[in-house]
Amino acid sequence: MNPVTDIHTLWTTAAEAPGRIPAPHIEYAQLSPTLIVFGAAIIGVLVEAFLPRRHRHTVQLLLAVLALAAGFAAVVGLAAGGFATTKAHLAAMGALAVDGPALFLQGTILLVSLVAVFTFAERRLDPASHGKRVDSFAAQAAAVPGGAAEQAAVKAGFTTSEVFPILLFAVGGMLIFPAANDLLTLFVALEVFSLPLYILCALARRQRLLSQEAALKYFLLGAFSSAFLLFGIALLYGYAGTVTYAGIAEVIADGTKQIDPALAGTMGNDALLLIGGALVLMGLLFKVGAVPFHMWTPDVYQGAPTPVTGFMAAATKVAAFGALLRLLYVVLPGMRWDWRPVMWGVAIVTMLGGAIVAITQTDIKRLLAYSSIAHAGFILAGVLATTQDGISSVLFYLAAYSFVTLGAFAVVTLVRDAGGEATQLSKWAGLGRRSPLVAAVFAVFLLAFAGIPLTSGFAGKFAVFKAAAQSGAGWLVVIGVLSSAIAAFFYIRVIVLMFFNEPKADGPSVAVPSPLTTTAIALGVVVTLVLGLAPQYFLDLAGQAGTFVR
Amino acid sequence: MADLSFPLLTCAAALPAVGAVATAALPAARRTAAKWVALLFSVATFALALVIAFRFDPGAKGPFQLTESHAWIADFGVRYELGVDGIAVALIALTALLIPFVILAGWHDADTLEEARPNRRWRPTQGFFALILAVEAMVILSFEATDVFLFYLFFEAMLIPMYFLIGGFGDGASGADEGEAAARRASAAVKFLLYNLAGGLIMLAAVIGLYAVTADQLGTGTFSLQQIVQARASGHLTLGTGTERLLFLGFFFAFAVKAPLWPLHTWLPGAMGESTSPVAVLITAVVDKVGTFAMLRFCLQLFPQASSWATPVILVLALISILYGALLAVAQRDIKRLIAYASISHFGFIILGIFAMTSQGQGGATLYMVNHGISTAALMLVAGFLISRRGSRLIADYGGVQKAAPLLAGTFLVGGLATLSLPGLAPFVSEFLVLVGTFSRYPVIGIIATVGIVLAALYVLVLYQRTMTGPPKDDEVRALPDLRVRELVVVGPLIALLLFLGVYPKPLTDLVNPAVDHTLSVVDKQDPKPEVRVDAVPGHHRAGHPAHHHDAEAAK
Repeated sequence: MNPVTDIHTLWTTAAEAPGRIPAPHIEYAQLSPTLIVFGAAIIGVLVEAFLPRRHRHTVQLLLAVLALAAGFAAVVGLAAGGFATTKAHLAAMGALAVDGPALFLQGTILLVSLVAVFTFAERRLDPASHGKRVDSFAAQAAAVPGGAAEQAAVKAGFTTSEVFPILLFAVGGMLIFPAANDLLTLFVALEVFSLPLYILCALARRQRLLSQEAALKYFLLGAFSSAFLLFGIALLYGYAGTVTYAGIAEVIADGTKQIDPALAGTMGNDALLLIGGALVLMGLLFKVGAVPFHMWTPDVYQGAPTPVTGFMAAATKVAAFGALLRLLYVVLPGMRWDWRPVMWGVAIVTMLGGAIVAITQTDIKRLLAYSSIAHAGFILAGVLATTQDGISSVLFYLAAYSFVTLGAFAVVTLVRDAGGEATQLSKWAGLGRRSPLVAAVFAVFLLAFAGIPLTSGFAGKFAVFKAAAQSGAGWLVVIGVLSSAIAAFFYIRVIVLMFFNEPKADGPSVAVPSPLTTTAIALGVVVTLVLGLAPQYFLDLAGQAGTFVR
Repeated sequence: MADLSFPLLTCAAALPAVGAVATAALPAARRTAAKWVALLFSVATFALALVIAFRFDPGAKGPFQLTESHAWIADFGVRYELGVDGIAVALIALTALLIPFVILAGWHDADTLEEARPNRRWRPTQGFFALILAVEAMVILSFEATDVFLFYLFFEAMLIPMYFLIGGFGDGASGADEGEAAARRASAAVKFLLYNLAGGLIMLAAVIGLYAVTADQLGTGTFSLQQIVQARASGHLTLGTGTERLLFLGFFFAFAVKAPLWPLHTWLPGAMGESTSPVAVLITAVVDKVGTFAMLRFCLQLFPQASSWATPVILVLALISILYGALLAVAQRDIKRLIAYASISHFGFIILGIFAMTSQGQGGATLYMVNHGISTAALMLVAGFLISRRGSRLIADYGGVQKAAPLLAGTFLVGGLATLSLPGLAPFVSEFLVLVGTFSRYPVIGIIATVGIVLAALYVLVLYQRTMTGPPKDDEVRALPDLRVRELVVVGPLIALLLFLGVYPKPLTDLVNPAVDHTLSVVDKQDPKPEVRVDAVPGHHRAGHPAHHHDAEAAK
């Protein structure tokens, strides 16, 4: 056959196609967690359009809480129905996996988001503006900072209750991300959760310029990484002639069996596979915040409204690591020896880089940002184990870490002075004297971050390091342990500051939160201690969820 | 193995933990009540420790008694396994004995901060005593744990309350203003924590490595000390030479930081100097003992070959500790730092005894742990009483105290004489045993170590001479009040115990010796002079082990 006839057949088959497109078979019940969340998000948009302003906050809050709780119930129902183990399979024409890791991660994301919604809805911390209670979000996001329109919006007591549907859209995308079973779904999910996050980052009520700058940075760098991801997807398609995970894995394992005539020049070309795989990994590592793709993390964490930072730090990490796990374990296991050395390098620089740079930070939110980078490195150590233990240890670590993170950022929202949240570390001096309880709670979170025994952080760290050691990467464990020691230094420095330094005269005060934030923090503490003292049940859960469907 | 009888060991650890919570929960105004609650719980714990000591049968078979075993974290191969041997019983008794005295001695130590009370939730007194009890609970659990992971958990976790005790409470005697003193305390606390955390994290890598090895060879990973020791003895578990050495070093590093062994000792003088004297006692007499105890229980039993391999280096380091600590003690101008350096010297003796690998050496080292605990507690607490009277830690600020406060001076002298191992006082017995045990295998090292005794006499007697004898230094010294009743109650029993154990150490040696023999049998070492209780060592003549060869090698 010559190229002309090739193209002719392509055109004619394409023209015939409409008659042969089958109606897609969608398992609605199995996709219900995602569908519930997206449905609620759309209803939330309608609420914004049709309900009077004074009711919106309450209705949106209730809607979001109900949707997330219902989504979680659906996940539990599916898991109880055996979809996590025996009935695990590919739904929606192979686009989404319903299996153990997906359900475990979706459950974690939903719970984390539920807690995050509580901090989003907090309206007691900021002083009332013109007699109306306000939350951490801008009065009117579109108003130019410092302009007349902003003043008018503040005076009218507006709040951005759109944050709730935006959050729900982001959550919906995050639910799909770790379940995506082909590269296009992966990309769409990435965009679905990233775009709402960019908006959320720009919505801070105070220091709006900083917040908008952070959002812009996040957007630009995020767009870059999306482009990388998309480019990688194109190359992988060129290599395998398919975008489904199983299809690509098959081509990697057995070589191409059937050459697609349109891709005859590229299929089976290893260069495409290596470059494409690397680019897709880069896109995911960006979301994870691994060095050297971490540049956005400190700025965005610092600029975004703190409840959003907490949500982002916890839920995004869960979703992104989920997707990374699936990609590495389902698509690329056949070329383990190609990517493992590179990823080892990434894990090492992430652990060490995050821990070392964090030492010099003077802002609590930036400090937590670098700490999250170091933690990404620890999790990567577990990811790279490429064993079932590796999967379940990462799942456990993610669940443990996300609650600590949410709790820690919730505490950050409480410490305030006249300019809003007092995130300058030096202002936290002597906090333990002024408010022993808040300081003690924050110390618990810091100790969990540092991986001190009897906290969830230790159990998680032990699980991932154990998996790494068993897979033969003992030296990775040693480096991980060393960077933990470095990291311990700056966590302890904060504790010293809070408890052993004299309070400053003009220091911040601790605002008394509503039950919403209190619940979020209390849940964080409870999860930290329970996972630290009796992790067995959750380890079992993660262990049962440790198999990917192919 | 599961023992359905009363969980005595769990209770001994849970009691102070409950006490800590109860103390911390008392409202800010009930300061005195908090102290009494803490004292009550510590005394009750001591009673329980005595019950353990009496229920323990030194002659019984098997390495551990009063065992408890429950499933805990199956995924990590971790079980909640407790059990005691004679060494553990002795150290639990020591801990439980010292804590009431620590609490009594520190009765007013956390009061001073009360003046500047920022709000009604600020409860330093409750915090101080709750933290002491929390440390006690964790120390007791780490003496009881026979699961490596369980031990590690509490070995690490006890750093946190200790850290707050060091950094949060000072004796107000540093000669600097409160702000600077707080900064110095904070940095001492951070140094303490970072050293120990770094040691602990390196041990964590070794703990994970141990899991990986057992999981690889036994099918399921385990941390059970007994299971690993048995598996190694029966050949089911074989460690490569390199692996065993690396794991040994990981464990030993953490214990050497804790103990502390030169050159990892530099956190100790700061931590002991800046903290209040009851906390200093807690550090050196209680918490640090976990380090030397763990060398005996874990390093030697888990990694016998690697222990033999590392022995020469460790002995030299111990020797350096002995001499270096003693020399620096001679040169100190600060009473508490002097005692800290003296402790470094004593820990050198303990480690020397442990790694001499003879029954006298290890038995002596175990006795040393107990006796050093009691003697340092006596000396340090009296020093604390002295310092609180004058508000200064500098030796130069005192002189002629015995004229003003004869009881104080007398008890200080007895504590000091115990520290220099005067015959008739308890530490003499242990130091003698350590030196004899070392000498019988390593004569040169034994001879050099005796220099440490001479130096001890120097720093103790010079300290006594400068602070207590001669004419009173000034009017303030002349007006120093003598020991109060509370203080006498603290010092009296300790001194009585020093005298009793110095004359009649048999109860302690009977308790400790079978456990030491068991440890030596695991390490597969014989005493160089076989007439010393060889027939008391169970499983000694295990077939196929060229024990004599080891000895010949070691004696070179």
